[in-house]
Amino acid sequence: MKAKVYVTLKKGVLDPQGKAIHHSAELLGFTQLADIRQGKYFEITFNNGIGEAEAREAAESIGRDVLANPVIEDFAVEIAEDGK
Amino acid sequence: MKFGVIVFPGSNCDHDAYHVVSKYVGQPVDFIWHKETDLSSFDAVIVPGGFSYGDYLRAGALARFSPVMASLKEFAAEGKFVMGICNGFQILCEAGLLPGALRRNAGLHFICKHVNLRVETSNSPFTNRIEAGRVLSLPIAHAEGNYTCDDETYSSLEENGQIVFRYCDEYGNVVESANENGSRGNIAGITNLDRNVLGMMPHPERACDDLLGSSDGCDIFRSLTSSIEAFVA
Repeated sequence: MKAKVYVTLKKGVLDPQGKAIHHSAELLGFTQLADIRQGKYFEITFNNGIGEAEAREAAESIGRDVLANPVIEDFAVEIAEDGK
Repeated sequence: MKFGVIVFPGSNCDHDAYHVVSKYVGQPVDFIWHKETDLSSFDAVIVPGGFSYGDYLRAGALARFSPVMASLKEFAAEGKFVMGICNGFQILCEAGLLPGALRRNAGLHFICKHVNLRVETSNSPFTNRIEAGRVLSLPIAHAEGNYTCDDETYSSLEENGQIVFRYCDEYGNVVESANENGSRGNIAGITNLDRNVLGMMPHPERACDDLLGSSDGCDIFRSLTSSIEAFVA
């Protein structure tokens, strides 16, 4: 069982790194981009035998307490079977 | 009176802080390894600058899980003084000892230069010997010093006089052009509601000798020393 955790800046929080990446993408010739926002992605692999509900609860807790800073960031959790 | 300086893996301004307290402030000081939990012998604790845990995840995010941090929360709750400088400020925000967060500088660059700060209030244990409105010259050296908070937090910081330092021009005008890192309201340093915990991005410990370009930082440490004397008495 795996949990995928996505951490993103809250809407409205300025993202200077995303802006710099956006600029670089435009220099590549992609002029049709409205916006690029940068985030972080984490993969948590659980020990065998853990159920989906337990995995989700643990991942939500880790996301809230460690991976995201609630002042500036949001996070989302996806649960996936092994190998996916 | 005794100062402590916490040392995390990756702290690199710990020796500067130690040096200033012992040589310039003239007070006893000890290092505190981040795995220690007994702070009972200290009156003030400095959380120094640097790159605790390599700034992994977010600046200050992992340091807050060090064993010493639970003790530091109790220490602060007793009204004792805590001063976070640069990475120390980031750690105190991550640990919830101070409101808000420090994000990547608006211009993305690591900025290392002397800046002007306006002292917003003398009504803090860290500025009680500095008149409000005075302009201090202190160095900054950071990539994540862009102070961020929501509207409600910002209003309460202003209403309660918790904003201690703002970036300003050489005349003390708080203007956008002096806001090197994009901080909300030009904020360079704040205290908690009880005023015994300070966080600031500029480095007073690097400005305690005219040889280094400024000795304005000494006044912050002298203020703190007199506050400790009053607290202990």
